[in-house]
Amino acid sequence: MNAPEPVLSVRGLSKAFGALQAAHDVDLDLPAGARHALIGPNGAGKTTLVNLLTGMLKADAGTIRLGGETIGKLKPEDRVRRGIARTHQINTLLIEETARDNVAIAIAERERIAWRTLRYTKDWRRCLEEADARLREIGILDVAGRRVSELAYGQQRLLEIAIALALKPRVLLLDEPAAGVPAHEAHIIHEVLERLPADIAILIIEHDMDVVFRFARHIIVMVQGKVLVRGEPAEIAANPQVRAVYLGRSAV
Amino acid sequence: MSEQPVTAIGGLASPRGFGWIGHLIPWVIALVFYYVAGGYLSLGTGALIMILFAMSLDIALGYAGIVTLGQAAFFGFGAYTAGIFAIHVNNDPILGLLVATALTAVFGLMTGAVILHTQGVTLLMLTLAIVTLLYEAANRAIWLTGGDDGLQGITIAPLFGMFRFDLFGRTAYLYSLGVLFIWFLIAWRVVHSPFGRSLDGIRQKPARMRAIGTPVWKRLVAAYTLSAAIAGSAGALSAQTTKFVGLDTLGIFLSGIVAVMLVLGGVRRIYGAFLGAVVYVVVQDFAAKVNPFYWMFFIGGLLMATVLFLEAGLISLVDSTSNFLKRLFARRKAP
Repeated sequence: MNAPEPVLSVRGLSKAFGALQAAHDVDLDLPAGARHALIGPNGAGKTTLVNLLTGMLKADAGTIRLGGETIGKLKPEDRVRRGIARTHQINTLLIEETARDNVAIAIAERERIAWRTLRYTKDWRRCLEEADARLREIGILDVAGRRVSELAYGQQRLLEIAIALALKPRVLLLDEPAAGVPAHEAHIIHEVLERLPADIAILIIEHDMDVVFRFARHIIVMVQGKVLVRGEPAEIAANPQVRAVYLGRSAV
Repeated sequence: MSEQPVTAIGGLASPRGFGWIGHLIPWVIALVFYYVAGGYLSLGTGALIMILFAMSLDIALGYAGIVTLGQAAFFGFGAYTAGIFAIHVNNDPILGLLVATALTAVFGLMTGAVILHTQGVTLLMLTLAIVTLLYEAANRAIWLTGGDDGLQGITIAPLFGMFRFDLFGRTAYLYSLGVLFIWFLIAWRVVHSPFGRSLDGIRQKPARMRAIGTPVWKRLVAAYTLSAAIAGSAGALSAQTTKFVGLDTLGIFLSGIVAVMLVLGGVRRIYGAFLGAVVYVVVQDFAAKVNPFYWMFFIGGLLMATVLFLEAGLISLVDSTSNFLKRLFARRKAP
């Protein structure tokens, strides 16, 4: 691929937990509109990589550039404000709040009106209206007024994606968006993934190879903190090394 | 389920279904009390001040989830500032109130900026440390605070240059009520604002809020500062209306009492502070007459009963009553 300047560019990213090298000299480029998948066996360092990108973990070495700006030293919230959003593997929604409020609170942050204390009625109403529009897009407007604790698990996963999209990110990191969703509901998540805005650069972590090969146009295989191999889905599927360490057990 | 309309929040119509009538009731009661209180008026003033103080704790503990037992530090800081300002600088009540409020806010900002990097038990210990340090400082600085004897000799000029703080406490009551009303309007607006909603989020899941770009520490410091300002106002009112500031305004005991009031009334409702403070003051007064030595026994029993049977505090009784009335009216209207 001969893309111009990638939106997200990572060089030599490393992180160790004691003797465990969770990320070792990782390079990664996400061009605009990328549909990349990150795969690898458990403990390969996939979630660690996401945490390094979002700033939840501090890297030992390496650079992270977003749209040409070095963001590797920024706090998580500042990276989000510059355009990196993520979804979480475990649920981190505000369960006492309604689905609508969960999205609206995120929109208020994006629009920088979350500091408003006295004059806000119109702006907050706009946040709520946009929240409804986003819930409609993702197909869960009917539960907008319900508390998250009352939502089905699949709906919670969709809400998680809606919140990330509401931040209007340039880069979206999806950490196992379909994990734990019952099989008969999984197709709903897949459909939402396929309809994600084309201009957002997306990196998805996923165990389900079915999803990976349908969604991704580029696959990165990580093993023990290192990038083992990367390439187009067909190359990866045919790669004997990959088959040996990873796909071998669960090849389709 | 059909598509729900976008809920209006932030206006005076509460999301919990108080109409404007519900809002009117406490203030009408407060005004009626003014005319019927007689000798109990100063008790009423004390209750208003404790309402304001409990409201300040509701912002920090209830909404922002800042675990604190140091709220008395702000009350005492405001009280001493107002008292000292009246004695040494100017005894205009409004000016004194503004100065005390502003300085307490600065104090809240400075301490909050340091301690709000921590959370949980560590934070709790730090709030205790601050209130204890302040207590000891006030105890030692006898030349400024009067030490153990308390700050005496405060005189307060007439309110707006017209209304003297009379012996019956009429001016003091209405003055306190006015200040409480202004802070109530601000607090109500703030907790329902996008800022208030972000505090709700931070209380529930700070990690989620960071993931949507919220500067968590800054928000907490802002909430703590607002809470300090309100508590400082309450302390200032106490100094101005009683013309005395005792060391106990900086005591850990007072921090505990205000927490009991808030839990008794109900957290995160604003009006919970109203109910809790009033019930506490009334029960204390009543119980102290029945038995001056064991009055805390009554308060303790009341608190235990509330926590056991009314998870959301005494204000949930108001909720069920209002729901009952609504259903009653709805049935009447229906053919």
